[in-house]
Amino acid sequence: MKLGLIEDVCSGCRVCEMVCALYNRGEQNPKKSAIRISGDFPVPGKYHIHVCNQCGKCAEVCPVGAITLKGEAYIIDREECTGCGLCVDACEAKTMFTHPAEIAPIKCELCGECVRLCPRNAVVDLDGEVVAPK
Amino acid sequence: MMNGYGGKILRIDLSSGRFEVQPTPERMAREFLGGRGFAAKLLYDGLDPATEPLSPANMVIIASGPLSGVFLPGSGKITFAAKSPATGGYGDSNMGGHLASELKYAGYDAVVISGAAEKPSYISIDDDRVEIREASKYWGRGAIETEKALLDDLGEDFRVATIGPAGEKLVRFACVSHDFGRQAGRTGIGAVLGSKKVKAIAVRGSKAIPLADPKGVLAKGREMFEACFAKPGFREWTPYGTAGVTDWVNEVGAFPTRNFQSSFFEGHKEINGQRLKEKILVTDKGCFGCPIPCGKYSRTKGIRGSGREKESVYVEGPEYETIALLGGNCGIRDIEDVAYLNHVCDELGLDTISGGNVAAFAIECYERGILNRESVGRDLAFGDAGSVAYLLEKIARREGIGDTLADGVRIAAARFGGGSERFAIHVKGLEVSGYEPRWAPAMMLSYMTADVGAHHNRSWAITHDVATGRDSLEGKADKVIELQHTRPLFDVLGVCRLQWVEIGFDLHYYEEIFPLVTGWKYTWKDLLTVSERVWNLTRAFNIKHIDGFGRSYDYPPARFSEDPVPDGPAKGKCIPREKLDLLLDEYYAKRGWSKDGRPTEATLRRLGLENVAEDLVEQGRL
Repeated sequence: MKLGLIEDVCSGCRVCEMVCALYNRGEQNPKKSAIRISGDFPVPGKYHIHVCNQCGKCAEVCPVGAITLKGEAYIIDREECTGCGLCVDACEAKTMFTHPAEIAPIKCELCGECVRLCPRNAVVDLDGEVVAPK
Repeated sequence: MMNGYGGKILRIDLSSGRFEVQPTPERMAREFLGGRGFAAKLLYDGLDPATEPLSPANMVIIASGPLSGVFLPGSGKITFAAKSPATGGYGDSNMGGHLASELKYAGYDAVVISGAAEKPSYISIDDDRVEIREASKYWGRGAIETEKALLDDLGEDFRVATIGPAGEKLVRFACVSHDFGRQAGRTGIGAVLGSKKVKAIAVRGSKAIPLADPKGVLAKGREMFEACFAKPGFREWTPYGTAGVTDWVNEVGAFPTRNFQSSFFEGHKEINGQRLKEKILVTDKGCFGCPIPCGKYSRTKGIRGSGREKESVYVEGPEYETIALLGGNCGIRDIEDVAYLNHVCDELGLDTISGGNVAAFAIECYERGILNRESVGRDLAFGDAGSVAYLLEKIARREGIGDTLADGVRIAAARFGGGSERFAIHVKGLEVSGYEPRWAPAMMLSYMTADVGAHHNRSWAITHDVATGRDSLEGKADKVIELQHTRPLFDVLGVCRLQWVEIGFDLHYYEEIFPLVTGWKYTWKDLLTVSERVWNLTRAFNIKHIDGFGRSYDYPPARFSEDPVPDGPAKGKCIPREKLDLLLDEYYAKRGWSKDGRPTEATLRRLGLENVAEDLVEQGRL
């Protein structure tokens, strides 16, 4: 699965944030989501989608080897992670998110829930494995 | 801990600069659920009937509901409420955007703001850190401009509600603004915040909302979203949003035109949803959790004479109500001009519904010679966007004629005289929204009996009129009561009703997800009973707070019962007073209210409002 982002059709509803945190962390809390939406308002009126592009920089810098490639996604071993924050600093896309109640950062592990639930098809699977019924 | 709730109520007293946090009372939650229910309960219990709406003693309630912020379609609705400066009675207004969810994630079900600050202030709520901060540098600035400035100062992950200059100047139809174009528009809550010197409320929350069954919510929430995706309206309605209804409302002769003189606007095809999409749309803009964003973010340019003709002007909208009131009702037949006037209202912090009404009222007064060039300061004409922009600016700053118009059409007509009361289009002091009801008895009754005054959202019955016969009164009271329980229930639960109203999303889903969220078994009927309880409580509030309140407050302006529609599909139609009386008699009887429109003691007791019954009896008001 490879995520494609079509920001022009994003409406900023943040359904992706909700389902991400609920599915992956079992919590009704978008601040624990691995995908985030921001908006440029009032001018020019455009949304941006922030989610990991699986570049692997985080794994390269992790001093305890807590981030490894499994299939197509880099996965954090949340037991091994010490919360040092090196990966967060190294992430050029700024998509290693942190939360005050979590030691380990939060990143996209390609579960595909945002693709299924995005009402706008603004997040898509470019490999076509997850097809959303919209 | 209560599942589905933030768990706390934040009470802020601006006069002392203190705040306290209390657990959300479980009994209040079970009886009133949240949102508008909490607002009605807190205001009824908290306000003395002598409270002046724009005095420090008034309270502003900001309340989400048990479904706000939860994984289901449209879970981003929040209620702003206070004793209304427009009506003197119960006032609330509902807003989308991303504030309801954020407030819940910060752990609060409601914020209760009382007292008044000495200096311009804003309230910052960052999880458990609550501060009242100086806001002098934002005071006087536009509502949208202030939101941007606060986000720049605090960080873009805050969610901010603001008022504009109109709220600061205590305009009785000043709104609360959020998310660059969502408003709690009606009943003048912006003025109440202004009277308290509160320029803004900024919220950031990082916590989870506890759920009774998180896996169950995930599964049911998915099912609900997918059910929305499968509705034909998901694709057909969304591209135009509420603006898409403009043509239909004209075809059925219900479009406010030139201060409700007519109900058909010949220029409607120039201001409809199609024109919006072709000419000015930038992006669809969704509220939290919304699969069918009605928000249309647009780019227009300044109107002729504004000095901004070459400038790009951005605005969320215009949505249907704005098209109706700033468009047809002011005779404006260009979507770009309507969008510009929308922008003017948004920055000034004026409700576009009342704003369009008041401007149109002034223009009609001018045309009839009740106002003149000298009293107004310029010429006024329907169809001239410059006239409308001029009036809006004067109103928001309370300059010249604007100082009187800022009090709304009821008070302005009383001052202007000259028969202008006949065409001051309001009920209870709140100007009428975008459906002309002279050939729509259920819609007429909806306006007459809405607790906050003539607002459409409590009962949007025009479709029922069209479907079941517009000359007959039969079944109309029943339908209005049904809608007045169903629609405001969404404001109690903290979710948007448009998934149901616009694309036919099935109501049973709410009953199904409610226990998964809260752990409480409420049938749909139980939920509707809560809504009926709230409806009677807001009526009781009005009876307690307004001397002589009753039937006489439930009539529309004389124009609606005495002046037949002059042209268009509804030509010749109006609803004479005797028919209005038949509607009211039936409505009161079915509600268990007296002939004067007061809930009987038995009705209040049936709904678990024993303390309200006792209170009203004690005050000699039942």
